[in-house]
Amino acid sequence: MASLKDMRNRIASTKATQKITKAMQMVAASKLRRAQAAAEVARPYAERMETVLGNIAAGIMGLDSAPKLLAGTGSDKVHLLVVCTAERGLCGAFNSSIVRLARERANALATEGKEVKFLCVGRKGFDQLRRLHGQQIIETIELRGVRNIGFENAQKIAEKIIELFDTGAFDVCTLFFSRFKSVISQIPTAQQIIPAVVTPQSADGPRASYEYEPDEEDILAELLPRYVATQVFRALLENAASEQGARMSAMDNATRNAGEMIRKQTLTYNRTRQAMITKELIEIISGAEAL
Amino acid sequence: MATFNFDLVSPDRLVFSDAVDQVDVPGTEGDFGVLAGHAPYVATLKPGIVVVHLGGEQRRMVVIGGFAEVSAKGLTILADMATPIEDFDGAHLATEIKNTEEDAADAQDGRTKDKLEHRLSQLRALQAAVVA
Repeated sequence: MASLKDMRNRIASTKATQKITKAMQMVAASKLRRAQAAAEVARPYAERMETVLGNIAAGIMGLDSAPKLLAGTGSDKVHLLVVCTAERGLCGAFNSSIVRLARERANALATEGKEVKFLCVGRKGFDQLRRLHGQQIIETIELRGVRNIGFENAQKIAEKIIELFDTGAFDVCTLFFSRFKSVISQIPTAQQIIPAVVTPQSADGPRASYEYEPDEEDILAELLPRYVATQVFRALLENAASEQGARMSAMDNATRNAGEMIRKQTLTYNRTRQAMITKELIEIISGAEAL
Repeated sequence: MATFNFDLVSPDRLVFSDAVDQVDVPGTEGDFGVLAGHAPYVATLKPGIVVVHLGGEQRRMVVIGGFAEVSAKGLTILADMATPIEDFDGAHLATEIKNTEEDAADAQDGRTKDKLEHRLSQLRALQAAVVA
């Protein structure tokens, strides 16, 4: 049976833990607000980009001259899975659920006889994939020192992906990240970015035939890498918001659990204390009676 | 005067979105003006100043790189960087110029060097235009 002092210590330590989880929850809440705002202001660019690309792509889809980033290499032997996760843990199932989705996809592709390669963005994903797929990870990009994700970060990742694509390291590239739906709900998502999936503009109405300056090829050669960068950027921002959301609810749960534990421990502590007082009283009284 | 819709967006925000009379855009192959009813058109941009004409008023915005798309819905500029000229940070441009200078000095093959020097001259022209 633990002594009263041990119990007091245990309660104090649970209280300290609760304070930490509470603080983490509040930090996550304020970071979430910022991350959400960042994701929101980036949305118009991504949307317009998709429209513009859709408009242009509709005109040249199916032509032989269509760039590979848009039309693909013509095969789908080698798949690159870009797994975007967080740099830190303690955010519930956030990292695991992204990794699980990527792993399921990898296994499905492997049974189809396709080759799978991984590119990890974020340390947590790398840690989790290393054990089973260590050989297939070709690159890890850490965003440790980055406080606010800027477009430059996304651009660097996109450049890396395109460089790999140009050297023929893979045929199809899929991005894995967590879409931010609400604070309590983040949805792990897979999105194919190479070859680009464009929804051609609605067929009704006359399709605009564009004048290009400089010519179509030059424009697409500039537009497509930027499209990849935009998609990566959006994934990173969604991920950042999701991470904070997941951490917030995980820490909220932890705080609540700690409160429950403190309540139970205090109850046992008080009972034991009362029992000891009673025992001492009995000892004194029976001692007095014996005289 | 007929107006049309003009959106100026950069990756991190929507800089401008409103109905306007005319927009002057710095295209890589030369500046061009867009009025309502312009034919569908796509062009790449050079670093420069976009001039927006809005009911007799003029607003100037600095853009660095990107695309302009004119469709039936209006004009959309997707810029790598865009700010109203009042908020423009000259120091950022200065570092950009310095970096490009260094890259151009390091460049080995002729084509890249040409390209970088071309960009350098565009950036310098923008700097001169902003200061003026």
